[in-house]
Amino acid sequence: MKRELLTGNRAAALGALLARVDYLPAFPITPQTEIIETIGAWIEDGKMDCRMVTMESEHSMITAAGAAAVTGVRVFSATSSQGLLYGTEMLYTVAGWRAPFVLVNVSRGLSAPITLEPDHNDIMAVRDCGFLQVHCATCQEVLDSMIMAYRLAEDEKVRLPVIVNFDGFYLSFTREPVEVPTPDAVDSFLPPFDPGSIRFRANEPLSEGVAVLGGAAYSYFRYEAHLASEQGIEVFEKIAAEFSDCFGRSYGVLETYKSEDAEFTFVMIGSFATKAKDAVDRLRDVGWSIGLVRPRLLRPFPKEAIAKALKNKKGVAVIDQNLAAGLGGVLYTELSSVLYNQKGAPDVLLSFIGGLGGRDITPEDFYQIAAVTRKAVEDGETPPPRLLYSEEELLEVRKLQSVARAARQTRGGGK
Amino acid sequence: MYRIRFHGRGGQGMKTASRILGKAFFLEGYEVQDAPRYGAERRGAPMFAYVRASKEQINERGIIRHPGLVVVADESLIAVPAAGVMQALRSDSILLINSMEKTKLWQDRLNFKGRIIALTQSPSGKGWDEMRFIGAICAGGAARLAGVIQETTLTLAINEELAHLGSDVVQTNLEMALTAFNELKNDTGIVKEGKPVRADDYRPPSWIELSWEDPKLSAPAIHAAATSEKLITGQWRTMRPVIDYSRCNRCWWLCSTFCPDGAIHLDKERYPQIDYNHCKGCLICLAQCPPHAVSAVAEPVAEAQKREGE
Repeated sequence: MKRELLTGNRAAALGALLARVDYLPAFPITPQTEIIETIGAWIEDGKMDCRMVTMESEHSMITAAGAAAVTGVRVFSATSSQGLLYGTEMLYTVAGWRAPFVLVNVSRGLSAPITLEPDHNDIMAVRDCGFLQVHCATCQEVLDSMIMAYRLAEDEKVRLPVIVNFDGFYLSFTREPVEVPTPDAVDSFLPPFDPGSIRFRANEPLSEGVAVLGGAAYSYFRYEAHLASEQGIEVFEKIAAEFSDCFGRSYGVLETYKSEDAEFTFVMIGSFATKAKDAVDRLRDVGWSIGLVRPRLLRPFPKEAIAKALKNKKGVAVIDQNLAAGLGGVLYTELSSVLYNQKGAPDVLLSFIGGLGGRDITPEDFYQIAAVTRKAVEDGETPPPRLLYSEEELLEVRKLQSVARAARQTRGGGK
Repeated sequence: MYRIRFHGRGGQGMKTASRILGKAFFLEGYEVQDAPRYGAERRGAPMFAYVRASKEQINERGIIRHPGLVVVADESLIAVPAAGVMQALRSDSILLINSMEKTKLWQDRLNFKGRIIALTQSPSGKGWDEMRFIGAICAGGAARLAGVIQETTLTLAINEELAHLGSDVVQTNLEMALTAFNELKNDTGIVKEGKPVRADDYRPPSWIELSWEDPKLSAPAIHAAATSEKLITGQWRTMRPVIDYSRCNRCWWLCSTFCPDGAIHLDKERYPQIDYNHCKGCLICLAQCPPHAVSAVAEPVAEAQKREGE
């Protein structure tokens, strides 16, 4: 096994190479483009035996990916942000087909106002479409999740598409040391796709995307897909155990960091969770009993594992890098639904919204989140959700607004 | 942990510099993180790249605050607030500036308590031609100041990171990087590793509640086109197009029509005039001009000529 410096994007591309992907429908979008460029170059050089087709949109791209997957070939595709949303209609559709393939989403904030920097609103917008979701915190995890995701998608118990999600910039463009397994090792962990019942031959006609009228049939098929998704917990655990035997790196449906004996816990997903680990270490340096719980699987939602990991905690701070307009943090809402009515549920569950559009979450933010959580426990009162946003930041926005207003005055447009 | 920021303009090779330095640390047995940071990719626009290196696993992410070393490839960025060159410097931060000006002048100008080193931009006296290699020069200088990177390791890192550009390019960049590396040998290891922020001694963030505001203010609209005039994109130029009016035929439309920024207008005599506040130096006018009346002059040279003229 070789250790080398890879960006998250290159780690994803390498995952597709090692998975011996047959077909890649593609459409570029920042910050995902490097994945497609890298694979394109490998195909051109003869390093990768894969058919790549550049599509005219993400809508067609997802359609092509699903259509290819139900003929029994191994399929990969990748997108980000606006592209994911543009393809959303087909995300629901191909999941309904039970088409097993892997889609990377490189998280980026949604328009408007338009940005290139990361948050999780894009991936949260498609959380109910039927795709399983694996969330990564390091470039190593991107590569390893790619390899495991094919096993997960193709498993007979699941047979659903899987999204491997990672943050733009903080992983996509960031190089970190990554252990790269040998192709032979990956081949034995991930054999060629055995499509089983999934095949398409000219002499065996097959209709996908059928219409059903009447709720009975519709309910049956959609609920079956839901039950298959729920199987993903057990299947993921089984695959991860095998992965650990083969490659020595262990992945649970949750990552828990020093949380077992902790009184307080941060909960968050994505790459900034490594910053939370640093905060946990520094807080422990000065006597705090605190840890981190990071859901790695977001769909299926690891309800039991979360309830268990947070049982008897005094205070839990959920940090959402997304914002459901008119509601608040999505992860907070989902956690609340899991913990309600559970014996030993945390005394207080606090909501923090931060990191929108790439906004940093600083060590000081984490320390202050911990302090606010402890105070809530002491007071027995849960404060309202808190946006991580400073006076200095508002001042910067005021400067921009003053420029826009100055322009309005000089040009006399719209009072 | 070593925390190092490289500031430059799109196209100057700061991402490459961060990768050379990151690879060199990695080859010396460090855990490493290197990354570029930019918006929509634009040649000439301010950007930066950063490197973290530590013997421990790195959990920090994102933009580096409190860097131990800031390397500035393009001195014109220091005056651009949005470039954030001076942002969150520590009192023991080192500032390495690629500049023809002397260190003393930067100390007076910046009122910065930490150490400033002007990397007198021309390791071999060739002046601004070497801007092409400034990425390698900055990486070489940074490697020396960090002090834990051997010459052989730097050489290997450059070979690996630039291999795809061919051996000639590798060789020239290597020479440039090593010249900077050797020139700074009296300052070996002056960059210090930074400590993490303590959890019992920190400045609490000044969190505020955002309140509802009138949508006339709180919708992200700009109500006139004039705001773009306020952004002096002329600072993005590395090369300045200069018109030789003795050769200009006053064809009146080619250079100004093709200018993607509308930065060339015609005066009363129908001669084209370049708005240097907004010309980004793309040099499309130079390529289009039929009688070759437009030439490209390196920015600092053009500035010097202008000062002499005055």
